[in-house]
Amino acid sequence: MPKYSIFTLARNALTGHERWTEAWRSPPPKDHYDVVIVGGGGHGLATAYYLAKEHGVRNVAVLEKGWIGGGNTGRNTTIVRSNYLYDESGALYEHSLKLWEGLTRELNFNVMFSQRGVMNLAHDHHEARDLKRRIHANRLNGIDAEWLDRDAVLKFCPVLNGDPNIRYPVYGATLQRRGGTARHDAVAWGYARGADALGVDIIQNCEVTGFDIDRGRIAGVQTSRGAIKARKVGVVVAGNAGVLAKMAGLRLPIETHPLQALVSEPLKPVMHTVVMSNAVHAYCSQSDKGELVIGAGADLYVSYAQRGGFDVIEETLTAIVEMFPIFSRVNMMRQWAGIVDICPDASPIIAKMPVAGLYFNCGWGTGGFKATPGSGHVFAHTIANDQPHPINAPFTLERFASGALVAEHGAAAVAH
Amino acid sequence: MMQITCPWCGPRDQREFRCGGEAHIKRPADPASTDEAAWADYVFMRTNPKGTHRELWNHVHGCRRWFNMARDTVSDRILAVYAIGEPPFDPDAAPATSEGAAQ
Repeated sequence: MPKYSIFTLARNALTGHERWTEAWRSPPPKDHYDVVIVGGGGHGLATAYYLAKEHGVRNVAVLEKGWIGGGNTGRNTTIVRSNYLYDESGALYEHSLKLWEGLTRELNFNVMFSQRGVMNLAHDHHEARDLKRRIHANRLNGIDAEWLDRDAVLKFCPVLNGDPNIRYPVYGATLQRRGGTARHDAVAWGYARGADALGVDIIQNCEVTGFDIDRGRIAGVQTSRGAIKARKVGVVVAGNAGVLAKMAGLRLPIETHPLQALVSEPLKPVMHTVVMSNAVHAYCSQSDKGELVIGAGADLYVSYAQRGGFDVIEETLTAIVEMFPIFSRVNMMRQWAGIVDICPDASPIIAKMPVAGLYFNCGWGTGGFKATPGSGHVFAHTIANDQPHPINAPFTLERFASGALVAEHGAAAVAH
Repeated sequence: MMQITCPWCGPRDQREFRCGGEAHIKRPADPASTDEAAWADYVFMRTNPKGTHRELWNHVHGCRRWFNMARDTVSDRILAVYAIGEPPFDPDAAPATSEGAAQ
């Protein structure tokens, strides 16, 4: 794999950018792999990358039914933060944030990670108390968090509505300065390129249609491109975890919902941070292209339709216009929904399954993008060693029977 | 976005309703002797199908009554609206009604 640098850029500029080599191969699937990863999103590609890089498992295939990064990796609002309430989630998301901080260098691929800060707004006294509790919990876990009062919020983000007489006035906010945004496609492409260089086969347009299970042990997968034998299978398929679990005869505590987002026409730089509000159910940032990236709430019924209901958009934009009156006449260019698998405690499942050699990484709900590097890292450890990394040990399927839930509804930002 | 036909009030905007989740989930008859796995299955595990889903809805901003609905979760097409207590909707047995179909 040629290393990208200022010199390769200059050399390719001289030849009109027509001689760049492909970033990863497209090999036909082999008959047998040590590990098959089902799902070529950011999490799946990161898993393959860390399996090859940190555990020396290089006979790996990533099977993707569409194109890599074409599911929720390409459908989220790209926000990265780690200010979760509980120790278990704090450890998981902070592990991820630390990997984000070195990811561009690690992958030799610019993931455009921009630590522009993430604010969570409070609109009343009670919400402020709740958010301050989260700040204290974050600090005890070594996660940066600070409280901004109303004046400090309006100074930090002047486009916010400072009128105290609106329905949901700005009361204060938490700020995680190390949080921010990243380029979602680049994360998938960077991990794909890195994994491919280490020998991982990335196989697109290859849909898994069933599992081969022999006496309680995984033996391989059936795909649209034939049967593939595998000693271990890791499933990372946001929005389809239930469908794949059913093929393996498993039941999951997951319900699948559309989660909508929109982008506006490009504007000149107007907003240098990320603003989120749980109470009015909207969040907003500005991309490097200048588009406002707006996240809405989940549609509150099970659906696999990647569009969502108009009522949710209407509620979200009502909130955005009240929070940012300056945006009231901005045109929206695109709207879509990602299909998210939501667990009852708003925390993921990253664990061994009752079938030996089968592992699931699922249930990230409305906020999996931020966890991409950490999720892949601990999932690779789980697959390679057949036991969880200490960070994902609490995120089992069995917690729903034992009662050891990690209830993160407050910090998960999107109510559901 | 759907238009749902309430059995009592007729066709109304989806905004008037609230989904109550999967229907026909039976509470274990004897909770005291139910093991943890069976209890977890009752409380947390869901069928979550990509296809026909039988679910509870409440006309919360209308008559406030509950009813069952069968809906295709890919197309959001409503297949049937039926009363609480009726047997689960079987897509193979009943012809799909156009009434209350997704708009």
